[in-house]
Amino acid sequence: MTPVSSKLYADDVSLLMVLIDTNPFFWNSAQSTLPFSKFLTHVLAFLNSILLLNQMNQVVVIAAGYNSCGYIFDSSDPQNQNKRAEDLLHKLEEFVDNDQELCREESVDGPGFSLLSGSLSMALCYIQRVFRTVPLHPQPRILCLHGSPDGPGQYVAIMNSIFSAQRSMVPIDSCVLGAQHSAFLQQASYITGGVYLKPQIFDGLFQYLSTVFATDLHSRYFLQLPKPAGVDFRASCFCHKNTIDMGYICSVCLSIFCKHQKKCSTCGSVFGQAQTQNSSTTPDRKMKMPVDG
Amino acid sequence: MNKDANFLPESTFKISNEDSICRCIAHEKPKAYSTTLGRVVLDKEEKCLTKRLNTKIVFITQEMQRQRRLRTTTAARIQKGLIRYLYIVIDLSRAAGEMDYKPSRMVVVARQVEAFIREFFDQNPLSQVGLVTLKDGVANSLTSLGGSPESHIKALMGKLTSSGDASLQNGLDLVQSLLNQVPSYGHREVLILYSALSTCDPGEIIETIQKCKASKIRCSVIGLSAELYICKYLCQETGGSYSVALDEFHLKELIFEHAPPPPAIAEFAVANLIKMGFPQRAAEGVISICSCHKEAKVGGGYTCPRCKARVCELPTECQICGLTLVSSPHLARSYHHLFPITPFDDVTPSATNNPNKLPKICFGCQLSLLNPGNMPAPCVSCPKCEQFFCLDCDIYIHESLHNCPGCESFRHSKLVVA
Repeated sequence: MTPVSSKLYADDVSLLMVLIDTNPFFWNSAQSTLPFSKFLTHVLAFLNSILLLNQMNQVVVIAAGYNSCGYIFDSSDPQNQNKRAEDLLHKLEEFVDNDQELCREESVDGPGFSLLSGSLSMALCYIQRVFRTVPLHPQPRILCLHGSPDGPGQYVAIMNSIFSAQRSMVPIDSCVLGAQHSAFLQQASYITGGVYLKPQIFDGLFQYLSTVFATDLHSRYFLQLPKPAGVDFRASCFCHKNTIDMGYICSVCLSIFCKHQKKCSTCGSVFGQAQTQNSSTTPDRKMKMPVDG
Repeated sequence: MNKDANFLPESTFKISNEDSICRCIAHEKPKAYSTTLGRVVLDKEEKCLTKRLNTKIVFITQEMQRQRRLRTTTAARIQKGLIRYLYIVIDLSRAAGEMDYKPSRMVVVARQVEAFIREFFDQNPLSQVGLVTLKDGVANSLTSLGGSPESHIKALMGKLTSSGDASLQNGLDLVQSLLNQVPSYGHREVLILYSALSTCDPGEIIETIQKCKASKIRCSVIGLSAELYICKYLCQETGGSYSVALDEFHLKELIFEHAPPPPAIAEFAVANLIKMGFPQRAAEGVISICSCHKEAKVGGGYTCPRCKARVCELPTECQICGLTLVSSPHLARSYHHLFPITPFDDVTPSATNNPNKLPKICFGCQLSLLNPGNMPAPCVSCPKCEQFFCLDCDIYIHESLHNCPGCESFRHSKLVVA
């Protein structure tokens, strides 16, 4: 696990961005063992406990739905300080209704995937704003409460967000609520130095959240937090989608293939003949292949 | 000294007593200076002026950054050289000991090269860098081509002495012979950081330049003193870029321009399939001898899939069987060069705009896009998803994040109906 060096202004003040998965196809499927309403009670109690830990702590909630993403709650918002929970639930309901209206598909096979990359991007933009505007800023981190399976089309966008988070030193913690592990979130937590957890017993979700994810970044040095058992960094080949441990990479577009091919299916470049290691200074006329640009 | 004097920072110094001006500038009474510095009192007019100046400065800087980025980014998908073999040639001649850059030119150059090497490996994880120094009229290879930033930085920081003349031809000869051993799918590049105003060569430098051109090496030069014709000629012939730095900040900008992959010239590198391995992380607690340090280590390394040797870090080349070992995030780091996002369009608040469609908050960071008094602030919008973003988010998205939050947050964003 890569160590997280904290930008020390205020030691234990944190800004927590919570990304909630509201994909209705997942929550209604057999994969989720917890009803959405019970899940929300755990999360609300957890958010309250974060705000109680330090009076300058800040919590922002972003929902990742099936068709859209949106901001639900910001604890630094000066309005409605007394009725925060109602406000949050009200906004969440509005969001889910809007999400449903945007749906264009008649039916979906299986749980489908939620828009994790969108919510990660929005969280990172908000964190950049906090870095810019406030001179003494809290230490930001992102917590993903996710259950939907990974959407392969989001791979590039999620990896971009992960690298940007790594650069800004923002750890991404993940708490996986579904039946299977999420390779994307495992990689996210490993690369950014966050914590990845898949709880065993969902009825005790609040206990998992408050013991593992509630501590600020400075205090994490003194705690034994769950370490990942093994992060799979193997790639999958573009042709069959199998995970491979040895493959061929196109030097132009970096596509991965499991077998030697004459032409790259992604960029269309024709591969040259097998080159010898010592290429002479005067290029061999026969070796010049037309490269599609 | 008039203790009630109002102190303003820097150019807006306003003190009622001429005596105290002289004393403050000469720092004769540091105690009085420091106590009054704690009480910076601006009267109302000056407060407004400095505030307006501050916001104006911030706005101008943002605009300049955007314009610069628009100039350098191209929206079209241009083939880029992703596997780069770059030699950095550092001039350590007499001229590098000049103190016009504080503390001296070579220290400043070394600092910037260190930062550049880290940024380079961040953006090009599959590439390799080597260092060459020009000193006493000869060129020495400081480090050979390698993928680990720490070894290059350590070697560079260890040997910072300047003497003698710089020889551009010797440097180019050495680099050309070293880069000829590189596989043909790699893009060969040289970045020369030249402080001297002359070059002391054993023969015809024009011939050397022609040889580099024939070997398809792209040479770029960053000068620290003044523009030299021979450097300009070299860059023009080989297709590189030549620039001269004005100060340390400008030098940093110029060096960092070489970090993202340049557009590839199609004939320069033949497309090829490179065999690579994707090692798994060894289980914790397994004891094995690592092939890079030749000592026993516990857990935490990677196992080469072909010969099962243990390596400590990725990306690297297996010492035993020669297979290039990478992990999928390393490849993913280069994907944003292949799938760049479209630049955002400026939004001009004109009278014809429907006032209901004016953006109120930035989609990415929820910053209010309305100045006090409901006047619209400058903002941008994505041409694909038509969401509005503030200028700071625009810069962050295009320089670091490479994802448009709007396009990622809507499943059917490309078919958005107004």
